[in-house]
Amino acid sequence: MTNHITDFANSDVIWIMGGNPAENHPCAFKWVNKAMEKGAKLIVVDPRVTRSAAGATLYAPIRSGTNIAFMGGMISYLIENKLYQEEYVREYTNAAFLVNPKFEFNDGLFSGYNATTKSYDKSTWTYQLDDKGIPKRDATMSDPQCVLQLMKKHYARYTLDTVSKITGTPKDLLEQVYKMYSETGKPDKAGAIVYAMGQTQHSVGTQNIESLALVQLLLGNVGVAGGQVAAMRGLHNVQGSTDMAALYHNLPGYLATPTVRDQSVADYLKRVVPATSDPKSLNWWKNYPKYIVSQLKAWFGDAAKADNDFGFNWLPKMAAGKDYSHIPLFEAMNAGDIKGFIVIGQNPAVGGPNASMERDALGKLDWMVVSELWETETAAFWKRPGVKPADIKTEVFLLPAASWVEREGSVTNTGRWVQWRNKAIDPVGESKPDLWIANQIMNRVRALYKKDGGAFADPIANLDWNYGDGLPNAHTVAKEINGRATADIKDANGVLQIAAGKQVPAFASLRDDGLTTCGAWIYCGYYTDAGNMSARRDSSDPTGLYLYSGWAWNWPVNRRILYNRASVSPKGEPWDPKRAPLKWNAANATWSGDVVDGGGAPDAIYPFIMNNEGVARLFAPGLAEGPFPEHYEAWESPAQNLLSKQQNNPIAKIYESDRNKRSDATKYPIVGTTYRLSEHMQSGAMSRNLPWLVETQPAPFVEMSEQLAAEKGIKNGDRVIVENTRGKVEMVAVVTKRFKPFNINGKMVHQVGLLWHWGYEGASTGDSANDLTPHVGDANTTIPEYKAWLCDVRKV
Amino acid sequence: MAKAMLIDTSTCIGCKGCQVACKEWWNLAPTKTTQVGTYENPLDLNADNYTRIRFNEYEAGGKVRWLFLKWGCLQCANAACVDVCPTAALKKNAVGFVSLERDLCNGCGYCSQACPFNIPRMETINELTGEAKATKCTFCQDRVTNDLTPACVKTCPAAALGFNDRDKVLATAKARVEDLKKLGYTDARVYGETELGGLGRVYVLTAPASAYGLPEKPEYPALTNLWQNIVQPFGYVATGLVAAGLALNWFATRRAQLGDVETIKPEK
Repeated sequence: MTNHITDFANSDVIWIMGGNPAENHPCAFKWVNKAMEKGAKLIVVDPRVTRSAAGATLYAPIRSGTNIAFMGGMISYLIENKLYQEEYVREYTNAAFLVNPKFEFNDGLFSGYNATTKSYDKSTWTYQLDDKGIPKRDATMSDPQCVLQLMKKHYARYTLDTVSKITGTPKDLLEQVYKMYSETGKPDKAGAIVYAMGQTQHSVGTQNIESLALVQLLLGNVGVAGGQVAAMRGLHNVQGSTDMAALYHNLPGYLATPTVRDQSVADYLKRVVPATSDPKSLNWWKNYPKYIVSQLKAWFGDAAKADNDFGFNWLPKMAAGKDYSHIPLFEAMNAGDIKGFIVIGQNPAVGGPNASMERDALGKLDWMVVSELWETETAAFWKRPGVKPADIKTEVFLLPAASWVEREGSVTNTGRWVQWRNKAIDPVGESKPDLWIANQIMNRVRALYKKDGGAFADPIANLDWNYGDGLPNAHTVAKEINGRATADIKDANGVLQIAAGKQVPAFASLRDDGLTTCGAWIYCGYYTDAGNMSARRDSSDPTGLYLYSGWAWNWPVNRRILYNRASVSPKGEPWDPKRAPLKWNAANATWSGDVVDGGGAPDAIYPFIMNNEGVARLFAPGLAEGPFPEHYEAWESPAQNLLSKQQNNPIAKIYESDRNKRSDATKYPIVGTTYRLSEHMQSGAMSRNLPWLVETQPAPFVEMSEQLAAEKGIKNGDRVIVENTRGKVEMVAVVTKRFKPFNINGKMVHQVGLLWHWGYEGASTGDSANDLTPHVGDANTTIPEYKAWLCDVRKV
Repeated sequence: MAKAMLIDTSTCIGCKGCQVACKEWWNLAPTKTTQVGTYENPLDLNADNYTRIRFNEYEAGGKVRWLFLKWGCLQCANAACVDVCPTAALKKNAVGFVSLERDLCNGCGYCSQACPFNIPRMETINELTGEAKATKCTFCQDRVTNDLTPACVKTCPAAALGFNDRDKVLATAKARVEDLKKLGYTDARVYGETELGGLGRVYVLTAPASAYGLPEKPEYPALTNLWQNIVQPFGYVATGLVAAGLALNWFATRRAQLGDVETIKPEK
């Protein structure tokens, strides 16, 4: 999140779509309530009336898998009716930039599409440059080749009628949503769009989020108090684990994972560092060399030297262009290409897409290590119902993990607050903290290499890993993440800046010459010589904007609102003086309030410092499917795409096989989706072992409309089968007024929603909804399409 | 000064955090529940569940709404349960709740039968003798008499629950109702200000009371006065026995009727 959940209290309108924070983030909902008590409006767009929708000012239904159509209609509405915040759009986005005249869009495909490789050549997705190499602009935003006009043309097809036919949202409600939210385009109004997996888990997931970003940028709702694209992370430390490279394509701090083509730091930097010719663009990633070299120094210590490229070639490298995300990982496992598997805090036997196939894939492993609080379905896959343990050759090790109350360390919440947690009790029984387990594995692997040797032992031998044999001190690790000076650092005049061994105070001091270490540059400043900033607990709020700048520590540099320069006009005047996170004091040339993004006078630099243009991208050539989000139907859909001949995302990652067949709408006409409950957590690995929680939600269920139930002869509370080409599950039917059939282009379409918390282990067991979800992913991230697929329902 | 609990149904998200916090504070055993086609569970109050959220779907003006009601002892000012309790195990506390001293309870069950909201439940503590004790929410009597808020209020993540001096709670509730009316909730109202002399639980409702399964006008059971003022003082003398028999019969019938008040069951 650019802002924090506390910032919801600043919003005039909060629009929840593709998320259900009352259900899944109840503590965050307090801030939604706070806004509403001050008169804010709440819009909820969802296939059914949710716990979040219960208190909404305006609720509108939507068929799963049609978010871009809904948002495309909004974009068109804003541009056609000139409801966007003009100065913000002109100055702070690329709306005025002129695009390559060869860029085209025809019938669902952008220029450069290669039907054979199912990929795009992006060479026409570029700006027109002037003789200095700076993108050309038309400040009037009227040139037909400028981004705003191209957007207008692209989304003109998304009329209220067409969008309503696609989404199933009644036209009047659609218009009410657009109207209510467009109020936030006034400079002194702010709105937040709140989303979670209902937006991301689609074959167009990344483009769904892009469409939210476009709406927010048009309305001037980014970088301001009360305005944000709010990604609600599903666990207390999802943000932290992503920061620390839980995803394969990143090193900690969102540095790119090297590929085999990167044979030196220079090769790598040439590939990953963006360039700019515009003097007003700060282009923050120009600092990349400092961050990667400091990271290598943190990992390889004294062994990392300039003459060995700081150990760059000891890093694991990806095959260029290869996808190592969840779905291809399990496809490779199923093909027998993966021998060993370590699972920590994840339960793919319940939570993975096409889960029955993934459970089978686990049986192709030689060995698997599971580190968990309880024996999960993944840990117990070899003795699950319907299999003979003797038939499973995988050797399984279950490590007893300590829970979060049994260890200390920091977690980073959805709003980027890094918060230190103390240990409350000693680990129960023989359970061990993750740090202890990681330390043992590393120490023992290193001892084996020392004793027996092995291929490419250098990375193991040279790793700066010296925590002894017991539990590593969490504070030591935290300090390493922050980084220190390896020798005295002096300025140009020879004045000592940081003494050898001292903590680096902030990432501006990091170096590319080996004089600093830093495990993750965005965390630099989190644990300094002044102490553990993440342990701060000052709940005062001097700005009155719910920033709480003395509470914990916010990456980066304790900045509470990212891109906060965009909250003031190029002249330095806040768009909304009553709600200004930043104030420019011209008299002494300083900023007050939040920690300003970049520095200098207001018009010295553009506000979006992480983009090499310096402004936000309405035209975003970085995305795989095209620079503008375009609606395509889900891989399994009951409807024809009304907007183009391209039924599906033309470059989605589809893993079609005997175990992953497409369910056809003639046989499986009902849209299926999955979601969660307040009472349970994710795959239920923790909550289904807590009897008090099991009491509150004892079994899996499927929600459906009264109309569908009547058609199928199903009564509330009946046991029903939900099935498709991948499997079938048995659940209790919850027949509810909160679900209604959709009118999709004149045809009645039903949707059902399945709770996916259950499996065959724990105090409460039941079928796993993910036995029905497909191995299909979006083209940018391969995030699985959990949220829109087809099925049929019948009474048991 | 009597205190009261504010329950703002317009901000309640039905998360059941209050249910679990209550069980944790009182160390109540988990009970076996079943999914019968509702988000509700447990399906009724019982000796191991002093509070629970009732979920009601309510369709009006073409809109479907989902109403959440935190349920449990309403701590009436004119508390029939206190009046019928023969052992003074139930008493009206100055802090604004009906206290329960389990050691004094003889398990007669009259409180359960007299309650206009069908709240107290009897817990069998000896299967052999059938000895039972009354159970119900007491606003966490141990907490609130030591300047703490009830466990459910403390935990409420949505800040939909409050606990304060009753006049302050009423002022907050009334102001909230005015705001809600301006937002278009024409049925918004305070529930609990005057009902049964004033309830310790003060609800902000956004729909008619009946949509939540609440009685519009809860009534103090008429025969309770007879029981307390005439029958009990005379003991079980002949005339008393007759009256007692009549009263018990009345209580039993009433109990059966009150089954409907408790909740809108998913299936009848």
